[in-house]
Amino acid sequence: MQAAWRRFGRHRLNAAALGFLILLIVMCVFGPLVSPYAQDAQNLELKAVDASSAHWLGTDTLGRDMLTRILHGGRVSLAVGLLATLVAACIGVAYGLISGLAGGRVDAAMMRVVDILYAFPFINFVILLMVVFGRQFWLIFVAIGAVEWLTMARVVRGQVLALKNLEFVTAAKASGASFGHIVRKHLLPNVIGPVIIYTSLTVPGVMLLEATLSFLGLGIQPPNASWGVLLGDGSQVMQTYPWLLLYPGLFFICTLLALNILGDGLRDAFDPKSTAQE
Amino acid sequence: MIRFLLSRLLQGILVILAVITITFALSRLLPGGPIQSEKNASPEAIAAQRAYLGLDKPWYVQLGLQIAHYVTLDLPESFHFKGRGVDEIIASGFPVSAAVGLTALMIALGLGVPLGAYAAMRPNTLEDRATMLAATLGICTPSMILGPVIAMLLGLKLRWFNASGWYEASDVVMPALTLGLIYSAQIARLTRGGLRETLALEFVRTARAKGASEASVVFLHALKLACLPVLNFLGPAAAGLLTGSIIVEAVFQLPGLGQFFIASAINRDMNLAIAISVFYASLIVLFNLLVDLVQAWLNPRIRLHA
Repeated sequence: MQAAWRRFGRHRLNAAALGFLILLIVMCVFGPLVSPYAQDAQNLELKAVDASSAHWLGTDTLGRDMLTRILHGGRVSLAVGLLATLVAACIGVAYGLISGLAGGRVDAAMMRVVDILYAFPFINFVILLMVVFGRQFWLIFVAIGAVEWLTMARVVRGQVLALKNLEFVTAAKASGASFGHIVRKHLLPNVIGPVIIYTSLTVPGVMLLEATLSFLGLGIQPPNASWGVLLGDGSQVMQTYPWLLLYPGLFFICTLLALNILGDGLRDAFDPKSTAQE
Repeated sequence: MIRFLLSRLLQGILVILAVITITFALSRLLPGGPIQSEKNASPEAIAAQRAYLGLDKPWYVQLGLQIAHYVTLDLPESFHFKGRGVDEIIASGFPVSAAVGLTALMIALGLGVPLGAYAAMRPNTLEDRATMLAATLGICTPSMILGPVIAMLLGLKLRWFNASGWYEASDVVMPALTLGLIYSAQIARLTRGGLRETLALEFVRTARAKGASEASVVFLHALKLACLPVLNFLGPAAAGLLTGSIIVEAVFQLPGLGQFFIASAINRDMNLAIAISVFYASLIVLFNLLVDLVQAWLNPRIRLHA
């Protein structure tokens, strides 16, 4: 485990990505607090001006400070990304653990269910769900979390199947360890590596899904902002005010890039066999 | 083989039944229902309309009727687009989505596979790193940013194409480019990974020892196996591409399937929502099956099992 973290830290790109994300989170959490503007404060005399010393990233078509809105939107996007991934990870780990431990027919049936779910047009369900329940914030976590757990379940199940017949588990059983003890002390710690890797690779996908919903007007509702909302607003006025798309877009792309680099870095560090790094 | 196909067919039928049921359940929860969207209707008119659409029946009868539509292939009318069958609407939206999707698929493969191979043949050089960084950047550029940027550059600045809409054949280019570039980045990464893994295998060493040229080693011997991860990705991706990315259709205002689906959700058009979901699901099932068959054909070690 420690060797893996050392391997991870040795690459400058990984460290840069991690540094960027930490900086971003700090900025998103504290930025709106120290900003002289409220994220929804309109100033109709300063509509859609480009970057200046008063408004570092300009203002939008209602005269709201873009930097404040981007940082505020970042809070929402990052929170959705992390929390929905957490929901997905919990469902996936529990499902995979049960399936792998049960084995036999139960396992086969549970995996067949996953196969079937893989063929679902989930984006349709999520869109319907958002229309049905009036676009509530908490629902976005549930909807996205319910979609993204499938691969996690497969990964965990594969690990459990490989682990549960190994000698140290048999030894623990033979020495009278309880079922819960084996799961907690022997299985979960060994599953955690792949779970971390896969979780970090899921976050950017989840953030994209949230942005897709908000872009279509089905996610976060104005005047609240997420990056998807800002991108949707920006793309509509891009001909005249391109920066309204480009500034939030740059934040979004850099964040996704850092998350992907982080995920790849973790995978290479925890799984030295993978070919991405030779 | 026959057992495999049969089990897949059964699985496909299960998927479609489940999709009908879930879409039906979600649509029934839609506040208002399909009728209340019409203003100033008298109670009698609403009751007559509900009876006409079959909404006065208990839910299990309605669900049964929905399933019967798909068993007998006698598809219902849309609630919202009155007088048009849902199959007609799909037949009008799908060609748009498919034209964009197919073009995007060709761009993605035509760009992604050579780039991935280029990088894999020079591992850990500057060219390799630069290509892969570009690919990672491509994966991280969402279509809701790339689409408007392409529309601005090629459509508004250079005036090569209409900035949005679906009027002439060239309108396919910008949406397809948006999707194709993003997918090509994914394909380039998978191709590189697959090729690196394959090039380390023994049969490649044998080919090299025979004196085969590097190009023939890569393209004749290794690429076939290296395609497997790409194919794995391509199954779901191709289905997604053909049915169109909802975002790209929204950005370029294309009358594709995705736009019809959003309209069906917003208009509480249950019949249309179910039909489009079933259509999507069938395509996904079909493409997954195709991928499995092609994989088994490319790699004889893969056994198809039911």
